[in-house]
Amino acid sequence: MTMNRRDFVGLLGAGAALGAAQLSGCATPMGAESARGRVVVVGGGFSGSTTAKYLRHWAPGLEVTLVEPNQNFVSCPFSNRVLGGSLTIEQLTVGYDKLQSTRGVRLVRDMATAIDSDKKQVRLAKGNPIPYDRVVVAPGIDFVYDQIPGLNNPAAQSQILHAWKAGPETVALRRQLEAMPNGGVFVMWIPTSPYRCPPGPYERATQVAYYFKNHKPKSKVIILDANPDIQSKKGLFTKAWNDMYPGIVEYRPGSELQDVDVRTRTVKLLQGDVKGDVVNIIPPQRAGRIARDAGLANVNNRFCGVDWLTYESTAVKGVHVTGDSTQSAPAMPKSGHMANQHGKICADAIIALMGGREVNDEPMIANTCYSWVSDREVVHVASVHQYDKAKKTMVAVQGSGGLSPAPSVKEGAFAMGWANAIWDDMLG
Amino acid sequence: MRRSNLVKLALVPAALTALAWAGTAGAQDYKARSWAASCFACHGTEGRSEGEFPALAGKSKKDLLEALKEFKAGTRKNATIMHQHAKGYTDEQLDRIATYFSQQSRR
Repeated sequence: MTMNRRDFVGLLGAGAALGAAQLSGCATPMGAESARGRVVVVGGGFSGSTTAKYLRHWAPGLEVTLVEPNQNFVSCPFSNRVLGGSLTIEQLTVGYDKLQSTRGVRLVRDMATAIDSDKKQVRLAKGNPIPYDRVVVAPGIDFVYDQIPGLNNPAAQSQILHAWKAGPETVALRRQLEAMPNGGVFVMWIPTSPYRCPPGPYERATQVAYYFKNHKPKSKVIILDANPDIQSKKGLFTKAWNDMYPGIVEYRPGSELQDVDVRTRTVKLLQGDVKGDVVNIIPPQRAGRIARDAGLANVNNRFCGVDWLTYESTAVKGVHVTGDSTQSAPAMPKSGHMANQHGKICADAIIALMGGREVNDEPMIANTCYSWVSDREVVHVASVHQYDKAKKTMVAVQGSGGLSPAPSVKEGAFAMGWANAIWDDMLG
Repeated sequence: MRRSNLVKLALVPAALTALAWAGTAGAQDYKARSWAASCFACHGTEGRSEGEFPALAGKSKKDLLEALKEFKAGTRKNATIMHQHAKGYTDEQLDRIATYFSQQSRR
């Protein structure tokens, strides 16, 4: 056997990785990989955190830096229950400390401002640029107010909330609902698909109805949907509105938004004006700004095209995009669960590319999405997605997936179990 | 003995260890690991659940595969989601996923 110096160093590296794996004991799986190099992950949501964790978990020799300006992760899934009043925002908040202490991810609390793919650096608002061999861009969504003139300024946006990123806005919208008199009207507007979390708006309407039924029984929920129909779990939501909250929820499809009058809290539709006591506009969405500025949003200048085997951008080599910023594959929802799966497939592919083994050419994703119809009862939709080699995208597997037969307390317990498990899978 | 030879000799044990480990790593079914990783979202990282859902790490392959096949066939009682997921996988995929979890340490 002949061996040059470079091979020898490589082997020693592998030996060191093995040593590290043995030292850290249970946390590292068998067969930890020997990939070496620097990966920077921009954004610590469902996909970014998961990618950072699994890069280190499966390839402890990688230097992984996660850039995230927020102190803690706050889960969008289940944040509608904060509006319903049966969970607090604190119960949806998880720290990043284990990613650092257990996984060895370097956490940089800063805002990434640019991806310099020529110099292979991530530029930061405050700190020095961070060099990378590969970068993962996972900024989530930004809101588009261009077509809603009355809301296209910060003062208006501080009054008419989206609450479509969990955190302070969720709490503020809850306060607006609490301050509303019994008999008041909650009006929400839903943009055309694709938007983050297809069943989320309908779950929100249901949670607000739950709150009204118990505390403000004369109040109403009006759903103004730009889509021609309910986008997810239609039968289950309709049944919940009819059976559990009769006379509270009104659904109006095909609601074309033209503007919002903030002062009078009036939603101006092509079909006419709708006035509310509390108005919630979920604006149209696109990939986070850093992804657009880096030239990654190559689908209608809105979302980012990726190779579904590696999540590498179809626009810029060496740059990967995961989560809600991607141009979703057919039938693939923009969801936290999906983003968590993106993260693991992307991490595996980066390790393969940096460690010199073959990339998995048959990725699979099992998706689960729970929605709360009260404080205890839940419905789900499930699906399985596989890579189609001819179409070069992910497609739903025929015959797989399905819905809950009806809301149940049993699935409520599973839903809480899911949340705790997936938060740990990202951040634990 | 020249200094360079000494260095080479000193490195041999380390290299042998690394080679032995590389052989083990070569046997790792990375594709199955990627498929199994989808299950981690509910069943815990590497199947080491500490919560609502059953732990899968270190369970016997026979039991895991039997459960998955029953879910797929629709014959397992009390399924809420697993029957809908299992139908999305080929028998070979289920076999390799079951093998992967059976090989993981419980902690």
